[in-house]
Amino acid sequence: MDSLLHITTLHYLVLGAALFLLGVIGVLTRRNVVVVLMSIELILNAVNLNLVALSRYWQGMPLRMGGGPLALHGQVFSIFVITDAAAEAAVGLGILIAFFRNKETVNVDEVNLLKW
Amino acid sequence: MFFLDHIYLIPLLPAFGAAIMFFFGRKLQKKTVNAVCVGAVGLAFVFVCGAVWQYLGWADANHHQPFEKIVYTWLGTDTGQSNYLTKDGTPTSFGADAGFLLDPLSSIWLLFVTGVGTLIHIYSTGYMAHEGGYYRFFGYLNLFMFSMLTLILANNYVLMFVGWEGVGLCSYLLIGFYFHRKSASDAANKAFITNRIGDAGFILGMFFIAWIFGSLRYVDVNHLAHSGKFAIGDPFITAATLLLFVGACGKSAQLPLYVWLPDAMEGPTPVSALIHAATMVTAGVYMVARSNALFVLAPSSMKVVAIVGALTAIFAASIGLVQNDIKRVLAYSTVSQLGYMFLALGVGAFAAGVFHVFTHAFFKALLFLGAGSVIHAMSGEQDMRNMGGLSSKIRITFGTMFVATLAITGIPPFAGFVSKDGILWETWAHEGTAFHLLWGIGYATALMTAFYMFRLIYLTFFGRKRMSHEVEHHLHESPKSMTVPLIILAVCSIFAGFLGWPHSLGGSDRFARFLDPVFSGEAQVLVEGGKSAQLAAGEKEEEHTSSTEYLLMFLSVAAAGLGWFMAKRSYEHADKDYAEPIAVAAPPLYKTLLHKYYVDEGYDYVFTGRRKLGDVRLGVMGLGEASSWFDSHILDGLVNAAGWVTRLLSSISSWWDKWVIDGIGVNGPAILARVLSYPARLVEWGLVQWYALVMTAGLVGFLFYYVYH
Repeated sequence: MDSLLHITTLHYLVLGAALFLLGVIGVLTRRNVVVVLMSIELILNAVNLNLVALSRYWQGMPLRMGGGPLALHGQVFSIFVITDAAAEAAVGLGILIAFFRNKETVNVDEVNLLKW
Repeated sequence: MFFLDHIYLIPLLPAFGAAIMFFFGRKLQKKTVNAVCVGAVGLAFVFVCGAVWQYLGWADANHHQPFEKIVYTWLGTDTGQSNYLTKDGTPTSFGADAGFLLDPLSSIWLLFVTGVGTLIHIYSTGYMAHEGGYYRFFGYLNLFMFSMLTLILANNYVLMFVGWEGVGLCSYLLIGFYFHRKSASDAANKAFITNRIGDAGFILGMFFIAWIFGSLRYVDVNHLAHSGKFAIGDPFITAATLLLFVGACGKSAQLPLYVWLPDAMEGPTPVSALIHAATMVTAGVYMVARSNALFVLAPSSMKVVAIVGALTAIFAASIGLVQNDIKRVLAYSTVSQLGYMFLALGVGAFAAGVFHVFTHAFFKALLFLGAGSVIHAMSGEQDMRNMGGLSSKIRITFGTMFVATLAITGIPPFAGFVSKDGILWETWAHEGTAFHLLWGIGYATALMTAFYMFRLIYLTFFGRKRMSHEVEHHLHESPKSMTVPLIILAVCSIFAGFLGWPHSLGGSDRFARFLDPVFSGEAQVLVEGGKSAQLAAGEKEEEHTSSTEYLLMFLSVAAAGLGWFMAKRSYEHADKDYAEPIAVAAPPLYKTLLHKYYVDEGYDYVFTGRRKLGDVRLGVMGLGEASSWFDSHILDGLVNAAGWVTRLLSSISSWWDKWVIDGIGVNGPAILARVLSYPARLVEWGLVQWYALVMTAGLVGFLFYYVYH
């Protein structure tokens, strides 16, 4: 029980995997572009969670193996990813609006022009 | 020797007159035109008289040689370089001089051409007084005199040909003088074109002479011909003489080229008198007489000349029997008389032929001028059916024309009797019975001549007046400028015969003796050739058969009298509805004669092609049509075929380009690419989520691969 209540890195990784899976399913199955974008956010945040969890795990490793309190690469990387997600969401929404003006729809399965 | 040394002035004087007329004539007064043109010809006549007179003196001292005056080298060079080979291979240089030759033959022609020419010029001042183009007319006449005198005086065939063409040109210009009348310009064309046929013969004949003899100078040619180098009957000389005779046939209106002369009457009457009766048409006779040395070497050519002459004589005379246009009767009479002249030349009686030319010039010119005077009096009427009873109105014209008629029909002692009888006698005396037949033709022609000439006289001057009252009111004798030439010519027509009065009638035939230097070579050649000399034999025979000669003479006078009597009986009292005796006796014959044996129609069918023979057109126009057909069907067909082939090839090429090059070469790879692209397309859905799904599947695949590897 104790071991169950004690939250380890593995728990974070399992949560991240679950979030990632949900995000993937959302991207693959939902028709609304807005929801697709939101699912992408979910994927990105699952990655962030992994990055942060593994970064914390890494701080607990000995210094000679590259660990220690200053092993913050994962933390920093997750901030980059957040920034990137914001930028990507802005661009995605911009495309969505331009698309809506032309086709009056936001359903992704009605957008199949980009082919041979 | 002034006149002989300046003999070139004889043709040049009328040339100056013509030049003045052509350059300044338009602005000149009629009086000035008269002075210049009549003066030039009159002066030429004076020069001719002077030259002939001086020649007679010169010839006595020079063995009666011809007098030759070479002014300059006209054709070719005098460097002595040869430029062609003669028939026997001698290198020779072609050349012709502007040279003049005076001998008895050219003297006679000069005298009557300038003499009669002067009279006709004077006559024209009266006849043409009211016509337009006065200066033009006289300019042409003077140009004609220049050409004719060049023709006569030339010392070689080439220069003669220049004059020959010149007179042809002037004849054309003067026949077409009333050029606004279509018939006149047609007649002018007809004369010119018909003469071209003859001229082609003349040119070819000249080539033959240049080839055989290596020279075109009469003196050289005659010398070689007399030298005995050439056999009698030489085929090349025969060819040359026959071709020359073709030229003579054209110019002197012999069968079958006579057709232009009757139509030439479209010209003004003085022109008919000068050119188409007295002078130009005798050029052929002159040329044959000039070439006598050659013709003697070609007996078969002589026979052709005699036969053509005799046939022409009777052919034309028979047409003349029924013609109604006063000038046409005279035109056929001229053709007929020219036939006599050629008959004489053909039987070797050159002197007799020339004598007939000489006398004919006077009486035929007189007849034409008289006819002109009649037409003048009749206000332009030429149809004898509308005349009659003019003898009391125009006495001088009647008297002079009557004299001329007596002369042409051969009533002694008028000029025509002597010359025509000479020809008939020479024909009869020529050995060979076939020549008796030619004599028979000539005799029948004499009878016809008498008939048609007195028919003309009776229809014109006797019987009832058949003209309209208006014309009758205007009847008047012509002015002095016209009647005086008539009187002078009448005097000549009476007395010219005495120049050649035959031995048998107590004369001495001075005319023939005068011509002896020109024609004597002929007798020599005949002797050398081993044949009995015709002249010598003729002279011998003459003494033996003088009774025959008297008989023939009596017969021809009888024929003239018979013709006169028949014409008098038929036409003396001709009224408006008078009957033609021939039409009464044999209507089809009359119709044939009236239509001139349908020769013009025949020529239209065969040579000009103006008429179609059934559906076929022959002759020149037929050739034109055939050429046109050939052009439009064969040549254009070839052109079109070439075009068709080109189009065919281009459509094949276009098909090849479109289907093979474009199809297989260009579109083929494209189609191949398209076909091959179908499988690749299948995975290109265009749906983002499918791509994402594949990506995810790939990711999962890799994951499994690495995990369970």
